[in-house]
Amino acid sequence: MATREAGLPPAAPAAAADAGASTRRRGWLRRYPVLPMVVLMAVLFVPALFSDWLAPHDPYQSYLRNRLQPPVFWGGTWEFVLGTDRLGRCVLSRIMYGARYALAISLVGIVLGAVIGTALGLIAGYLRGWTDIVAMRLVDISLALPSVLLALALAAAWGPSFQAVIIVVAFVLWAYFARQVRAEVLSLRERDFVARARVAGASNGRIIWRHIFPNVVNTVVVMATLQIGVVILLEASLSFLGIGVPRPTPAWGLLVADGRQLVVSAWWISMFPGVAILLTVLSVNLLGDWLRDRLDPKLRQV
Amino acid sequence: MQRFLVVRFLQAVISLWAITLIVFALTHLTGSPVDALLPDDATPDQAERLIRHWGLDRPLHEQYLTFLGNALQGDFGESLKWRGRTAMGVVLERLPATIQLGTVAVLLSVVIAIPLGVVAAVNRDTTIDSTANVVALLGQSLPQFWLGIVMIWVFAVLLGWLPTSGRGGIEHMVLPAIAMASFQIAALTRLTRSAMLEVLDSEYIKLARLKGVPEWLVIWKHALRNAAIAPLTYFGILAGAILTGSVVIETVFAWPGTGLLAIDAIRGRDYPVVQAVVIFFAVVFLLANYLVDALYAYVDPRIRFA
Repeated sequence: MATREAGLPPAAPAAAADAGASTRRRGWLRRYPVLPMVVLMAVLFVPALFSDWLAPHDPYQSYLRNRLQPPVFWGGTWEFVLGTDRLGRCVLSRIMYGARYALAISLVGIVLGAVIGTALGLIAGYLRGWTDIVAMRLVDISLALPSVLLALALAAAWGPSFQAVIIVVAFVLWAYFARQVRAEVLSLRERDFVARARVAGASNGRIIWRHIFPNVVNTVVVMATLQIGVVILLEASLSFLGIGVPRPTPAWGLLVADGRQLVVSAWWISMFPGVAILLTVLSVNLLGDWLRDRLDPKLRQV
Repeated sequence: MQRFLVVRFLQAVISLWAITLIVFALTHLTGSPVDALLPDDATPDQAERLIRHWGLDRPLHEQYLTFLGNALQGDFGESLKWRGRTAMGVVLERLPATIQLGTVAVLLSVVIAIPLGVVAAVNRDTTIDSTANVVALLGQSLPQFWLGIVMIWVFAVLLGWLPTSGRGGIEHMVLPAIAMASFQIAALTRLTRSAMLEVLDSEYIKLARLKGVPEWLVIWKHALRNAAIAPLTYFGILAGAILTGSVVIETVFAWPGTGLLAIDAIRGRDYPVVQAVVIFFAVVFLLANYLVDALYAYVDPRIRFA
């Protein structure tokens, strides 16, 4: 989703000039993020934080006598609302616990990528010279490597693991942060307050940390939010392929993979985790669009 | 322009070199590769002979240089899983299947997304536009592998219209191609739409309308030609996305291409093939990006001096 877009100016000015009844009607979903937020809370945050209390069953518990139960509206019972899988584990509980892993992996991966990327962007943008050149070449190289390649190589070497997924996520993201932060730093460093700080004798490190960094935080946070959807999709795809999160963790991608062979008879095993992923990513994308429109139209990308 | 091309080419070469380093490091520094080759009851003596045979007792940098030298000639050794075939040979053998699927997916993307983007931009803020935007948003939010599974369930199992998997005639290609193209259609629609919106606002379009050029000509000839720059350069990313998408889609639909090969090789711990596939993917990816950069610099002179 984060494509390499070279300089398409945002369509924002045209939109602002167009304000009228039709825009107000059509754009309501974009302007009032209530619906995506509610969905996101319901599907991602609440299960992730409170699954210990809310989930009807233990996600790892097999109820061997109740294998392949259909969901309650398809001929099943209320005991297993969304049915059970091949080993008799409750699908709903697994989805709820899966939210934890989706959230945790995205957060850790994004934070790691953001920290590394921002740090490098700050240093490269402020110091310029050789540091800048080397850093930008590194960014280009990183952007040229497709994430799947790295995941494949890691999977072949380590086997599926949490570390591998987080490293892949951080590796995919850091370059975008670095590039954006550097661009902002380049313009910030010419401003008066930086010159005054320099005159006052502040060291480079202090200037970067106390003066420049607070001004880029906004952008970084918006970028980070925009990436959550991408990361969840990435983690789900990797897990689905068997090169992401290890079994028997109830990560959503793995849940879909579990049900693949049985989609003919027990469609619910693959279907509902996929719906969870879809709703989460959709809500995050809508929220991200809204956030970006509000805070920082500079970041308008495809 | 020349300088730009040369610089970009050198960058691509460096990227490729970095990838060979990563690939080599990962497969050689995480446990001895010999373990995968030996039966469980091998004596230490047999293990040693095998190590010497594969040159694994040489210093690491020497091993890397040998690896690099061989790789440059396209020699990645023999496949461990598919006996008697070279690693690169296996990759090349499965390549046509992926190309076939990828081409259909790309064609599908272009044929659907560009007109959709144009129509959405022209009929801005109407129902058509909203629908297109919703479709685009959905396409970017759907997990591709799940879409594939759902489509198999609906069209192959419930309705029985199309086969569930495997390679064959046109009916086998429909579902995988659509699944593969879903994300691209969404992204391309959005890109076309925003590019068109920008172009439609410009002076020469207003002039054309004032001159009395029929509206459809204004849109589809004059505006689209200028707006098409951005989507065209997206095609480089498209190539990469098709490759990475192929890994997932081919797994879901059991399509015998390089993507499925990669997964099989990983599961079977077939290191030579994994190396060959990764490097091959990397070369294609870098080549596509390079071509895109060159195209974009040719079209938009501002880029050359960035």
